[in-house]
Amino acid sequence: MSGRRLLDVEDLHVSFATSRGSLRAVQGVSLSLDQGKTLGIVGESGSGKTVLSRAIMGLLPRASTTQTGSVRYNGTEILNAPNNELRKLWSTHIAMVFQDPMTSLNPVQRIGNQITEPLKIHLKLSKGEAKETALSLLMQVGIPSPVERYEAYPAQLSGGMRQRVMIAIALACAPRLLMADEPTTGLDVTVQAQILDLLSQLQHEREMAMILVTHDLGVVATRTDEIIVMYAGNVVERAPTNVLFKSMAMPYTEALLKSTPRIADPSHTRLTAIEGRPPDLLNPPSGCPFSPRCPYAQEKCHLEKPPLVEAAPGHSYACWYPLTASNPAATPDPVSA
Amino acid sequence: MSSVSLTNPSNEAFADIKEEISAEEAADPTRRKLGVLFWICVGWIILVALAATFASLLPLPNPNLGNYNSVQNAGPGWGHILGTDDLYRDIFSRLIYGARVSLVVGFGGALIGLVVGGIPAMISAYRRGRIDTALNTGSYVVLAFPAIVAVIAIVSFWGKSMFKITLVIGLFAAPLIFRVVRASTLSYATRDFVLAAKALGASDTRILTREILPNIMPTIVSFGLIAVATIVVLEGSLAFLGLSVPPPTPSWGNMLNEGSSLLSGAKGQTNPWLVIFPASAMFLLLISLNVVADKLRAYFDVSEIKL
Repeated sequence: MSGRRLLDVEDLHVSFATSRGSLRAVQGVSLSLDQGKTLGIVGESGSGKTVLSRAIMGLLPRASTTQTGSVRYNGTEILNAPNNELRKLWSTHIAMVFQDPMTSLNPVQRIGNQITEPLKIHLKLSKGEAKETALSLLMQVGIPSPVERYEAYPAQLSGGMRQRVMIAIALACAPRLLMADEPTTGLDVTVQAQILDLLSQLQHEREMAMILVTHDLGVVATRTDEIIVMYAGNVVERAPTNVLFKSMAMPYTEALLKSTPRIADPSHTRLTAIEGRPPDLLNPPSGCPFSPRCPYAQEKCHLEKPPLVEAAPGHSYACWYPLTASNPAATPDPVSA
Repeated sequence: MSSVSLTNPSNEAFADIKEEISAEEAADPTRRKLGVLFWICVGWIILVALAATFASLLPLPNPNLGNYNSVQNAGPGWGHILGTDDLYRDIFSRLIYGARVSLVVGFGGALIGLVVGGIPAMISAYRRGRIDTALNTGSYVVLAFPAIVAVIAIVSFWGKSMFKITLVIGLFAAPLIFRVVRASTLSYATRDFVLAAKALGASDTRILTREILPNIMPTIVSFGLIAVATIVVLEGSLAFLGLSVPPPTPSWGNMLNEGSSLLSGAKGQTNPWLVIFPASAMFLLLISLNVVADKLRAYFDVSEIKL
């Protein structure tokens, strides 16, 4: 890990006040990101990855959430900072590409307006300069005939095109850190790879740090430097990307990987799904949160919650019976049996 | 597309289809037609408004002075094209001057309602919190009270000038407009694009005016026009009860009121025109306002543009 430290998150807790009590969506997450690096946050729906990324940006509604811990950007504490402080960071330092390109663009504003707006607010560009910049941005994100698209409404563009526009808007003010929250979930598989390649390419050109939030381990495999696996608001495994795929320790990570279809599988192979559902965050189980669904779970797993420990340099996981260790419980593979 | 490749046509046929599609798109990419009816209705509203504004410049007889050389309670004819009332006054002239009251009270009241109800509604729905709850409850309380009774009570105590009537009606329209604007703001305030704008560093004012307002504009315009129509009727009802502008100033409502006694011939005379003309004028204005409101709503709905 080289380069300057850009983002430091320590022991971040986020909980929502609901009518049934406090929902602890993020429970003590720590992470760090250096300039120009990419961090993948992986987990299934409801694992807290979107809440985590929005908490880092300070986008969660203040009234109904409690956020504790520390989020430092460039050494400055930004957790619970007032909106007018954050507004100086948003777009010029940290920007976000949202999950659903169908709903993240204003349907009644022309594409051009939506790209030039942040340029005019933050960079104080004139109308002409802003338009020029916007057209070159549209070109960079691979939109054909940008002059025509500049005048178009979002409803006149396809999903892939809209996501490209979203990326162009996020990149407009040259942020140092790009948060991509499931940037390809709403898109066709054929377009997904294009968008991800585009993000990686732009990231390298601009030496930008990126947090890639996804449920798909395949997406982060080749595009990240480090991966954090989240389950039920907890980090359950954290490792440099190559280490994680070589020696994953947490059964949940393995289960996630197994539930990804593979091209090498013979046709009609049944896709392995993870049994059961993620736990109720209002009423989390005692013990390891994954234990009710874990094929290797022992009695201890149901009773005591495993701490996140650093087993090898850079590789930490929260599991009593990790897969890598000589673990008798892990040897029979109940999925392939 | 898939059916095209299944039937495996020649490349030429495929090119034809593509050309056809793109030609269709090029011809009509964003514009939908408003239709002839819309323009007739807009024309009617503008005509009434212009006539009412420039009434004193038009070659019209004084609406408040009878022409005692003409026939009392005459039907339509030469001289007085829509006839005269039982004080020998020209009905056409009275209709045009009467439109002033309807239009000023209608549009003025709706405008006051939009400012007093609509602006707080947007801010309150966007900010939420206790003030929103309080305003929301308050609007229910005011709406629970029959507006016409309240307006009658206030107007009979405070006075019957056009300004006072407009203000009172506008204030009573505000809670209804508050509810409509609040509801549509709420449905946009939590959309992803609003969050996206926030994440790009847009201020609250900017989010309200640039992100949310353009989206709720169709609702505001169409509901505003319907509010105008409703207020015109309300003013008519007040005038019918003798609680709008005092006579001899004409308004469509008090013309109806005066004419109603001559409908049955109880005074020995009948003149149905006295009721037919102001009622028709009101009907045409109301239906025009409603048609315009409806067509504009459909027209502004950019999200309905086909791909």
